[in-house]
Amino acid sequence: MDHAVKAEGLTRRFGDFTAVDRLDLAVAPGEIFGFLGANGAGKTTAIRMFCGLLAPSEGEAWIDGLSLSRSAEAIKQRIGYMSQRFSLYDDLTIEENIEFSGGIHGMPRAEIRRVGAALTARLGLERARGRLTREVPLGFKQRLALGCAALHRPRILFLDEPTGGVDPLARREFWDLIYETAAEGTTVFVTTHYMDEAEYCGRVSIMVRGRITALGSPAQLKRQTGGATMEEVFLRVVEGGGERGGILPAADGAGGASANGAMGPGANGGKEPNPGGARGEEA
Amino acid sequence: MKRLLAIARKELRHILRDPRSLLVALVMPAAMVVLYGYGIDTELRDLPLGILDEDRTEASRALIRRVLASEFIRDAGRIERRAEIEPAFRRERFRAVMVVPPGYGEAELGSSGARVSRADPARIQALSQASLPASNQAQVQLLIDGADASTAAIVESYLRAALAGAGRGAGEAGAPPADPRVRILFNPELESAHFIVPGLVAVILIMICALLTSIAITREKETGTMEQVLTTPVRPAQLVLGKVAPYLLIAIADAILVLAVGRIVFHVPMRGSWGALAGYSFLYLMVALGLGLLISTVARSQRVAMTVALVATMLPTIILSGFVFPFASMPWPLQALGRVIPATYYLPIIRGIMLTGRAWYPLEGAVLAGMAVLLLALSIRRFGTRLEA
Repeated sequence: MDHAVKAEGLTRRFGDFTAVDRLDLAVAPGEIFGFLGANGAGKTTAIRMFCGLLAPSEGEAWIDGLSLSRSAEAIKQRIGYMSQRFSLYDDLTIEENIEFSGGIHGMPRAEIRRVGAALTARLGLERARGRLTREVPLGFKQRLALGCAALHRPRILFLDEPTGGVDPLARREFWDLIYETAAEGTTVFVTTHYMDEAEYCGRVSIMVRGRITALGSPAQLKRQTGGATMEEVFLRVVEGGGERGGILPAADGAGGASANGAMGPGANGGKEPNPGGARGEEA
Repeated sequence: MKRLLAIARKELRHILRDPRSLLVALVMPAAMVVLYGYGIDTELRDLPLGILDEDRTEASRALIRRVLASEFIRDAGRIERRAEIEPAFRRERFRAVMVVPPGYGEAELGSSGARVSRADPARIQALSQASLPASNQAQVQLLIDGADASTAAIVESYLRAALAGAGRGAGEAGAPPADPRVRILFNPELESAHFIVPGLVAVILIMICALLTSIAITREKETGTMEQVLTTPVRPAQLVLGKVAPYLLIAIADAILVLAVGRIVFHVPMRGSWGALAGYSFLYLMVALGLGLLISTVARSQRVAMTVALVATMLPTIILSGFVFPFASMPWPLQALGRVIPATYYLPIIRGIMLTGRAWYPLEGAVLAGMAVLLLALSIRRFGTRLEA
């Protein structure tokens, strides 16, 4: 069976800076895969390559068995993407946002209406359908964005730090929705730096300086690193540059990588500065 | 097509949800017509003219009467001595002074009884240089305030015209007076509004169109929604066309509005076919859209896009295309620059259609079509479906 996401030697450089360095990865269909890493470790760059937003400098990846370099447009039919900036239009109503998400995926109107109604019902937003999105609380917006990204039933859903800036309850509700989506057969590939969220994932990888230095289920990683929680696991892996973790050979002894407290819940508002300045305006 | 419609519908909602911006986009052009129509008025009325009559003969008084009969000249008083002229100018009592030298009457009588031709105030007369030879002692002298050079030039030609009508060149005795009656076709009153309003359509269309499209696209880059859209199977052409279609409608509405104001307020005629005007204007709009899109592929923020769009469209279109300053009178480097500006080709078309009724512009049309294809192809190519530029 094809992997949902597979990468071999996937590399992306911005000038002299290597944001993603020879990434190897395989995610099975139906998995909830946590893609962890400190700020600037290269998570967003990697996810953008998977979604066809950035061209790899080297290496290859396959999404749902399709080659990224040869079938970029076919891949776009099969994926859903939600960025850290939960891309809804603030000046459109909830209903209009749903309609647009379905429309650009080429869904028939009747289906958009049906799926959209189910989504608003699921979120408890039936009576707010005509409200402008900017008036809706952040937690709802994020779940709505997830729903919109998954409206066309993608085979793989890429979520890039979807839960920045909301309280634990809202995050919990968001994850309920992820589980429901995954239960329908969608592979979920999610980046986060909330370590409690890492516990919800089937498997996680931890990225340090553009490379994956640990990979396994949360239980496995705890056992291998001796950490009691994912937070401890993360600290050990990141500080040891992967060596102490010993799960995967590290490229170099990246001691003291910049993990200073950024993975605590709420720290830094869930925003990750762009590696290599792919979008200069965030600076 | 479905995707294109989804994008266009969404874009239309953005526009309708922001009625203030829409109002600006529609009211600003109409206001511009009124301002420019009245402001760029190259006609002269009530020019304060001072007169120094050193001749004091019947002939000189007759000349003065006739010059003052001209509707654009106002009698601002008499001067007694030449020494008074300069102080009077400094006090801005006059914009021009006419000096009738001693001996004017004699020269006039000596000129074999040539008739004095009457000024026809309803018709502007153009003059040959021969009417005011500088050497003759008995020649009427005109002194014009040159501080405002362009007004001075207009004043000069008006006064020459008035003189040609009122007296006659006293230089060539015996020769029949040169009385070139130039009939101005198509815009007989030389109403500047008739000239300006079609030009304004050219300025407004390219400005609004380039500005709105470039802003609409950079806004999505700024908010990050572009990223989302680019991960979907939408093709660049669908995205671009869907996004610009609603702005095309606004630009068309603006053009109609400007023409309507021109017609109602300034009585700008329409002598040609509306179909031809619509066709060529559409070509021109495509050029404007291409320009706006190209700007949006370069600019990363709305502010940059707005600045670039305004600088790239408004100033060159107003200054270099022949909108205000005649293209033919520009020095060649500016003409060369002007040749890459779309309005340089659109202006003769819209002015021609509206004022002369000519319908067929193969050269200008071909250049506009070429520009449109080039710009649209380039911007859609550059747009791509990736984030990186």
